[in-house]
Amino acid sequence: MLKVTRSAVIDAPVEQVWAVLRDFNSHDAWHPAVAKSHIENGEAADQVGCVRNFELRDGAKVREQLLALSDQDFISTYCILDATVPLRRYVATVTLKRVTDGNRTFWHWQSTFETPPGREREFMDMVGRGVYEAGFEGLRRYLRQGPRAAIAPRPTAGEMSGQAVILKAFGGVDQLAYENVAVPAPGPGEVRIRQHAVGVNFIDIYVRRGDYRMVTPPAPIGMEAAGTVIDVGPNVHRFLPGDAVAYAYGVPGAYATLRTLPAEQVVPVPAGMEPETAAAVLFKGMTAEYLLHRVHQLRAGETILVHAAAGGVGLLLCQWARHIGATVIGTVSSEEKARIAREHGCDRPLVTRDYRFTEEVKALTGGRGVDVVFDGIGHAAAAENYEALAVTGHWVSYGQATGAVPAIDPARQAAKSLRISRPVLFHYTGDVRRLNEMAKHVFEMVERGILRVATRHRMPLNAAAGAHRAMEERQTIGAVVLAA
Amino acid sequence: MIRVYTSSVIEASADAVWALVRDFNGLPKWHPSIAESRIEGNWPADRVGCIRNFRLQDGGVIREQLLSLSDYDLQCTYSILESAMGVENYVATLKLTPVTDGGRTFAEWSAEFEAPPARERKLAEDIGQGVFQAGFDALKGYFGRR
Repeated sequence: MLKVTRSAVIDAPVEQVWAVLRDFNSHDAWHPAVAKSHIENGEAADQVGCVRNFELRDGAKVREQLLALSDQDFISTYCILDATVPLRRYVATVTLKRVTDGNRTFWHWQSTFETPPGREREFMDMVGRGVYEAGFEGLRRYLRQGPRAAIAPRPTAGEMSGQAVILKAFGGVDQLAYENVAVPAPGPGEVRIRQHAVGVNFIDIYVRRGDYRMVTPPAPIGMEAAGTVIDVGPNVHRFLPGDAVAYAYGVPGAYATLRTLPAEQVVPVPAGMEPETAAAVLFKGMTAEYLLHRVHQLRAGETILVHAAAGGVGLLLCQWARHIGATVIGTVSSEEKARIAREHGCDRPLVTRDYRFTEEVKALTGGRGVDVVFDGIGHAAAAENYEALAVTGHWVSYGQATGAVPAIDPARQAAKSLRISRPVLFHYTGDVRRLNEMAKHVFEMVERGILRVATRHRMPLNAAAGAHRAMEERQTIGAVVLAA
Repeated sequence: MIRVYTSSVIEASADAVWALVRDFNGLPKWHPSIAESRIEGNWPADRVGCIRNFRLQDGGVIREQLLSLSDYDLQCTYSILESAMGVENYVATLKLTPVTDGGRTFAEWSAEFEAPPARERKLAEDIGQGVFQAGFDALKGYFGRR
């Protein structure tokens, strides 16, 4: 593989240079080698994936595709798809950096490629001098003349009307109303989604009751959905209309047919995965992912206790923990749930309707207790959790289906050197890179068949109240999904 | 966490500038604020982990540890162990990149650190301009004289 690097300093602020270079269709205006440029299929010239056609002054033709564009880091990467010159596997990156001393711009242009044997020098010279160095001079000349206007923003439809479940006041399921709502066009950095499936999570119930003050009623609720992109606002380069996407986002409002939200919080759904599966697994799967890999780094040989082992998160925790090589004890409220938990990797499901489990846990672990408790139950299980843990055990409290955990007593921790975590998923997914890493990890586990996601409860969006009631009455098994 | 970033262009080849700045004990040769420098424990000045102990023109003393040094990437990283500046978790990077157009050097000097909020702005200014930019100006003078 050959590598060509050229760099220059341009006497203009980095924003001014970037405004020209980020436009993938601008080269016929400033590059002396480019006679004509156009973008195929009418796509925007800053849309990742767009393809440009160059006609060069020497008659050569080149088709290139935009692979990455970062307005934050001033980086653009592209490759040649086909060309009348024999440049193969050509990938180039333009990087700009601010020269703070004098408010100038450092421009770095680098590529790797292959050529037919014996013609290496010829093409390295052509790329280095004919394209990059000529480009530096061309841009300097162009900036002296005063550049043309930047790319026009992509057209988007205006407001659209949809339906949403609105929480009228904190309280019971009767406070949920199904209403018509206006969904705004996506602004800068936003994406508008036609939602096909909405995931129901216990957090929605805490929000409805007012346990977590995340909204001020009247307000839409819901944290998770999957669907397709309708349109994107300015500065969104990761998605195109029609892309399959999903999100588990910390601002409620997912119980809706349409939604506009920050593109950064949206993740791509793998080809072939049903929206219902994505909506059933993203939030709960990322919860399992961060509980087993980040909050606690579960190792083979550890013994864990999963409360509500047949619940949406519970079934995923059992499967994933078993895959890692842990021994899984679970609590469930019925024989049927015990059977299902066992089918999903729970070694010893304990049927208990009154949240008493210590004796059996002790018996199953030879009196030692478990290394970790994954607890979404909260109040009702708190006292027994202390008892069920082994010395140096870890109590991971990630939910509170029966109410808030009572005040932690350090003396009880000290009795066994216990560690207690009270993590919140959105603190972990607030970091965009980590969010995408976690979502990818979850979808991969589904595609590999390690996480089986069987949705037993699906209802229409306007039956959200019934979904809440069923979950609060402990009637559901696995994920609950609303069809939007 | 505060981040300070200063960059400049030096009229000399990156190899020449790097030969001067890669010497972790060489600040007095070119930086105007540094009076004296020595490496503790007789370590070589390009061994990662070595500690430079230098005295400023104003009498202050700073101890800094070399965390990485790459002759391939023309980059070094170091942290402050002791100083009177009142910064915590200070890690700085000095990086050079050749500018092929004109055979010059693009130099970047950046730091991340923590400090009491009331002093952040003043420290960022002191470090970005007083230390990094003053160093670049000195390098420009150093290579301009030859």
